[in-house]
Amino acid sequence: MWTDIIMVLLILTNMVVLGTSRLRACIRVVAVQGVALGILPLLHSFEWQLLIFAVLSIILKGIVFPVMLSRTLRQLNVWQEESPYVGYGLSLLMGPFALAFSSWISLRLPLPYTIHSTMLIPVALFTLIVGLFIIVSRKKALTQVLGYLVMENGIYAFGMAIAYHQPMLIELGVLLDVFVGVFVMGIAIFHISRQFDHINTDQLSALRN
Amino acid sequence: MMIWALILIPFIAGLLSLFIRVDVLRRSILIAAAVCHTAIITLCWLENPEPILAGWFAFDATAKLFLSIASVLFLCASFYAVGYLKAERHEPKKDFEEEEFFVNAPEAIFTACLLMFLMTMTLAITSQHFGLIWVAMEATTLVSAPLIYFHRHHRSLEATWKYLLICSVGIAISLLGNFFLAIAASAPDGSSIPLMRSDLAANASQLLSPWVKAAFIFILVGYGTKMGLAPLHTWLPDAHSEAPSVVSALLSGTLLNCAFVGILRAYEVTAAAGLLPFAQNLLILFGLVSMAFAAVFIIGQADYKRMLAYSSVEHMGILALGVGLGGAAVFGSMLHTVNHSLTKAALFLVAGNILAVYKTKIASHVKGVFSLISVSGFLWIAGILAITGFPPFGTFLSEFTILKAIIEQGRYFIAAAYLGLLAIIFVSFSAIAFRMAQGRNTENLPAKNERWLSIVPPAVLLFGVLVLGVYVPKQLTNVLHDIALLLGGN
Repeated sequence: MWTDIIMVLLILTNMVVLGTSRLRACIRVVAVQGVALGILPLLHSFEWQLLIFAVLSIILKGIVFPVMLSRTLRQLNVWQEESPYVGYGLSLLMGPFALAFSSWISLRLPLPYTIHSTMLIPVALFTLIVGLFIIVSRKKALTQVLGYLVMENGIYAFGMAIAYHQPMLIELGVLLDVFVGVFVMGIAIFHISRQFDHINTDQLSALRN
Repeated sequence: MMIWALILIPFIAGLLSLFIRVDVLRRSILIAAAVCHTAIITLCWLENPEPILAGWFAFDATAKLFLSIASVLFLCASFYAVGYLKAERHEPKKDFEEEEFFVNAPEAIFTACLLMFLMTMTLAITSQHFGLIWVAMEATTLVSAPLIYFHRHHRSLEATWKYLLICSVGIAISLLGNFFLAIAASAPDGSSIPLMRSDLAANASQLLSPWVKAAFIFILVGYGTKMGLAPLHTWLPDAHSEAPSVVSALLSGTLLNCAFVGILRAYEVTAAAGLLPFAQNLLILFGLVSMAFAAVFIIGQADYKRMLAYSSVEHMGILALGVGLGGAAVFGSMLHTVNHSLTKAALFLVAGNILAVYKTKIASHVKGVFSLISVSGFLWIAGILAITGFPPFGTFLSEFTILKAIIEQGRYFIAAAYLGLLAIIFVSFSAIAFRMAQGRNTENLPAKNERWLSIVPPAVLLFGVLVLGVYVPKQLTNVLHDIALLLGGN
């Protein structure tokens, strides 16, 4: 039951990310997504290892990332994604199609065992596609990082979907990589804004051929 | 023990160099760590080290070959880097392409990132668990991004951003591939085979083949992005042309190989699961496409560092093609890995020397390298001949081994494409490079003394390629054969 509620929440947050231009709202919504996904592994089995991991990932995705990204927003004084490559109406329209597509794909790929919720795999794939779409369809470097986080959330959800648990060390390693990744990207965004006075990646176009 | 040392030495040295203020001391630490790393690798060749952490890190044949390449290259690059850092001044300097001033990143951070880069590569190459390979691979991207942004101007920033974003997305896709592999390794009752290379290969018959196929595709696309296989290579020319030359040398000679190792690990499991032809066809396709892309972009390329970068795309294509062909070509491909890494690293280092004197990356603005800096000019020509597969260099031997295997298999279409593309690249490459070496410099640049640290490292690397063209040591042949056997070759 709870898994399904979280999945619905995931779908809704994805649609919000697709449809909103305000970056602060986007950051919050992605944080909500991260927290919801952090709770997910605790719903069915309760081990102390899992608990530590869940708490860590909730702290990281629910507190650290939003704070870091909001600070960047304030420093740069950028609040909106003004003119994305693909408009918001069209992006929103893309959402249901992507959802249908991921449901279709997950029907074609039968799992060798049964899992808690049939929604897990389609929603994970949907989140992944939305993340990728945000990365390629938005111009601001910050929005692209948000897209990367959404994509990462999708992969995380997929990892939850397969009953298989990787050894703790590797789970932590993945989390650490995502953290350092966002950190380094944040620094890069800061430098981009200083060099160019904006963070529009469509103007990063000096290098070709 | 030995593997611990290989991982911890660059890690500790990297941490130390963050806090050391004295330039000389920090540079000595860089050299010392590189020398220790190579020395331990040499010991590992004499006596195979024990796996550590319950077999998570081991020094198998693949790790032996690729880690040795990385270590030797890093050693040469670290000597070159010391000379380079000495010559770079700390105050703002003028950008030679646009009339703007820029500063360099702090040297401490640069050195620390270099050493961490060595550590993460060691992790990526030696790890035997697919999850761990992923973690280490992503870590190599993150620590090498600051290296590309050493010169703090907007072009290098653009390159860094593309590198970070494209490679992170690529690697995220390969994480999905790892999950697919985990599903493939599960039984209906929920039990599963650990994602260790050896466990998977031993129980390969129980793997679910549709999921193995999906996993291989995702891992190939993911790590292929990082390896620079066309059409996923778009970050590569930018990063290689904007990074300092010593970093370009390391990216091209070692980082791309790391990603290749990731693909080979997945390939090995896929082959063991009885899906060898499927994986082979994919690699052949990516290989030929990469060579074709590289040929198109090398023709008439204006920027000589970008030209070298596209040549890396070409050679990654050759490596993928060789493995995909199977049989004797796998051996050739592994030999080619060694040759390409040595040659390309040497070429990037020499390109750095040319760039330092001429202050331009436009090939047509560079004239008379021979007369101005004759040793670098000589190394440039030798390197160009080596990279285009001219005898008696090792690259000729390895490219010829692959060609022979193609013809023996009777795949004449592939043979024609392979030879044709190599010929096109040879002609355009040498046309650009020879014009740079010959003639007289028209800018009346003052003659410069070449520093030892800038010419000995590339000379040593090129000498290595020359030796490999004449004589391949028995130990190396054995290792190459061991790897080839794992990958469906002989």
